[in-house]
Amino acid sequence: MAHTNCEHLLADLSDYIDGEAADAVCAEIERHLADCADCRAVVDTLRKTIYLYRNLPQPALPEATRTRLLAAFTFDTAPDT
Amino acid sequence: MFTAARIAHYASLAAIIWRMTIELHAPDVALTAMSGDEGDLIQRLRAGDKSACAECIDRHSAGVYRLALRMVNDPHEAEDIVQETFLNAFKAIDSFEGRAGLGTWLYRIAYNTALMRLRKKQPLYVSIDATSTGNEEEGLTTPLQLFDWCCLPEEDFQTSEARTELERAIAELPETLRAVFVLRELEGLSTDETAQVLNVSVANVKVRLHRARLWLRERLAGYFTELASQATEQTAHT
Repeated sequence: MAHTNCEHLLADLSDYIDGEAADAVCAEIERHLADCADCRAVVDTLRKTIYLYRNLPQPALPEATRTRLLAAFTFDTAPDT
Repeated sequence: MFTAARIAHYASLAAIIWRMTIELHAPDVALTAMSGDEGDLIQRLRAGDKSACAECIDRHSAGVYRLALRMVNDPHEAEDIVQETFLNAFKAIDSFEGRAGLGTWLYRIAYNTALMRLRKKQPLYVSIDATSTGNEEEGLTTPLQLFDWCCLPEEDFQTSEARTELERAIAELPETLRAVFVLRELEGLSTDETAQVLNVSVANVKVRLHRARLWLRERLAGYFTELASQATEQTAHT
């Protein structure tokens, strides 16, 4: 983050990556990235971070928990375990 | 695990949590178009139809559980939160106005329930006003790790160690950032829905999500930079 306007652009990076930034903002960021290796690294690794967590397997509801829930709320006998 | 005594305990908490949910419910949020299917389910819940309870649990318990687990990082406590959430929801279903979808409403109850438990555990560290809308721009995470670790081979990102590191990073996200991150990025809620669940502005959701992403990037950079450094050393020795 060596350039003076790196911090200024930082606030718009998520919108830029999500494709939600205005055209003028995108153009400004891309001009800056062409000249700033540090910010290119931040953008690359931010994209990679997003990719990684979006592909992370999500925890499943344990079957025993689901069974206890259904038993409790349909007033059947809940298992003790 | 789920006994009659526990149900009684949850019932005593239900009024508190429900009151908190109602109080935090923004009166001016846009009405969400309720699908006929969901409207029918709500009518059956209001009529005390047990099969509707089961259907509601089947539809929404997995998401509620994931949110609870990400908030408290404990499977047993997450299960308790799920139980409390559905108990409170079924008790209060007559008051559900359909301003948000049923799923969004359940996330909201679950979030408030989890927050109350976190407050009990760490009263000094969890904000009393968890919906604080202070200047979230302040303290925006300035990137310090500037090595581009994207050059690592793809298999290095798919190891169980890398996944564990990512899970740990998510678990360590500051609580206000974590709630937005989980709802928006992992549960796939829209920015508007996330704002409704957390009772914050849309702008606040965007800022918090951006901060969460930068925080995670910084946190992961330490691990992957070290991995890249080790790979470089190994190459130099061969």
